[in-house]
Amino acid sequence: MNSTSILKKFKTVFFVVILAAVMVLSAIITSADVFSQHHKTRQDEIELIKEEVTEGEVDAGKMINDHLIDSHEWHLWTYKGHHVAIPLPVFLIHNGEFHAFWSSKLAHGHHHKGFYIEVQGDNKGKILRTIQDDMLNDEILREEGTTDLPTDLSITKNVLAIMISSIFLILIFTSVARAYKRRKDQAPKGLQSFMEPIIVFVRDDIAKSSIGEKKYEKYMPFLLTVFFFIFLNNLMGIVPFFPGGANVTGNIAVTGVMALFTFLITSFSGNRGYWTHIINTPGVPWWLKFPLPLMPVVEIVGIFTKPFVLMIRLFANITAGHTIILGFISLIFIFGNINEFLGLGIGIGFSIPFAVFMSLLELLVAFIQAYVFTLLSALYFGMAVEEYH
Amino acid sequence: MEIVSPGIGLILWMTLSFTALVFILRRYAWKPILKSLHDREDTIEEALNTANKAREEMKDLKADNEILLKEAQEERNIILREARKVKESIIEEAKYKANEEADNIVENAKERIEYEKMAAMTDLKNQIASISIEVAEKILEKELSKESKQEDYIKKLIGDAQLN
Repeated sequence: MNSTSILKKFKTVFFVVILAAVMVLSAIITSADVFSQHHKTRQDEIELIKEEVTEGEVDAGKMINDHLIDSHEWHLWTYKGHHVAIPLPVFLIHNGEFHAFWSSKLAHGHHHKGFYIEVQGDNKGKILRTIQDDMLNDEILREEGTTDLPTDLSITKNVLAIMISSIFLILIFTSVARAYKRRKDQAPKGLQSFMEPIIVFVRDDIAKSSIGEKKYEKYMPFLLTVFFFIFLNNLMGIVPFFPGGANVTGNIAVTGVMALFTFLITSFSGNRGYWTHIINTPGVPWWLKFPLPLMPVVEIVGIFTKPFVLMIRLFANITAGHTIILGFISLIFIFGNINEFLGLGIGIGFSIPFAVFMSLLELLVAFIQAYVFTLLSALYFGMAVEEYH
Repeated sequence: MEIVSPGIGLILWMTLSFTALVFILRRYAWKPILKSLHDREDTIEEALNTANKAREEMKDLKADNEILLKEAQEERNIILREARKVKESIIEEAKYKANEEADNIVENAKERIEYEKMAAMTDLKNQIASISIEVAEKILEKELSKESKQEDYIKKLIGDAQLN
């Protein structure tokens, strides 16, 4: 018993160490990669200088946007013009062909197999491909629209963050589940006692009260997963460095997928009464349904607006919080550009206190948004399975 | 406006990861956790019910005990009362018997005394008779030497005797 638990602990520690080692190693590889590439061509050196020049002027909007959107590499830090980033696998499908390579190949505007990351325009941040292979390095042709957009299935920063947080969730909750098995009929202890009130809260105050005593059990796995997934990723989004810092719950694709899950579960568990209420709402005058089906149209639109609102709410809340914090931080550099001491003063006197305040507020928002998303999902499930009379 | 245009890759990976996450957590975390919680709640409820029942039983038992105690006290009182009665009756009887005995003894004593007195009287009478005879003999010897005197004397004696 004891030896197996030690073995399990060892496994966990081993896993974390391996993960960390892989990250550090890959970071070193990229930085070396970047370093060597910087000394390859003169053009690159010019680019670097250009970058440093433009860095002199602070573009807060660009900086904030770059922090909010997804990225093909996980940028760690920049030191003396060297970007240190974790390279991520890039998977592309272009003209029925599958391409896979590391994102470090595309760093700093480099081309690889004709692919490059666009830095401006509508496709900013996306991977594009030049149409003709011999025009790879021709900036003029690139700008003239001789490019097309491959299907990008890369493991981006957000995808990696989703995977890391999923692994965290699995590690945390399987360990909690083991604690329940080991300490049967005993008071909770440690991590288990931290998670238990939240699990019971989701069960009693969200699922049971919205769906009802009889049918809530079927929806518990989804509700608990969605709650803890949003909560953990909200918290990790506040942490500014690896493995936090990815704007997962502030990404519309992520919230959209979760809202889609809610939509599908609601629709598939909708009973006769639920659909009757949508198509032929009882208690409504007939002329609202015939000959112009006003009510059915409104109700059917309502089926889609509900998850749509879920998607937008979470995305907008998290994005707004991050934008404000990034705005406060940008102020330091904007003022620092005018005068170093002014920047320092603004930083200490204004930006840091307000950023800390916003971070605290985001801690609250992290919980509230997880709660609201879960609660509304549960309410929709409750509507779908409610016994109408 | 990249920020509001979801990427197809991220949608794909998120769908895959999240589906996997829901199923893995359902199998290895939520089911055992929720089952344990449910079991524990049942156990607690059962324990509370048992405790309540035990308390109720205790109350009943206490009431029973009180009734028993009351009964026992009553019984004791009855026994005591009876014992007192018996005691008094015994004493009464004893007194009565003692009195009777005493009366008997006195009666016997009286009878005895009467008897003794009678015996004494008889004895006395006999003695007196014999003394009288002796006296009479002596007188007769002395006085009744003459005839006349004998007669007188007899007459006188008879007269005396009649007076007695």
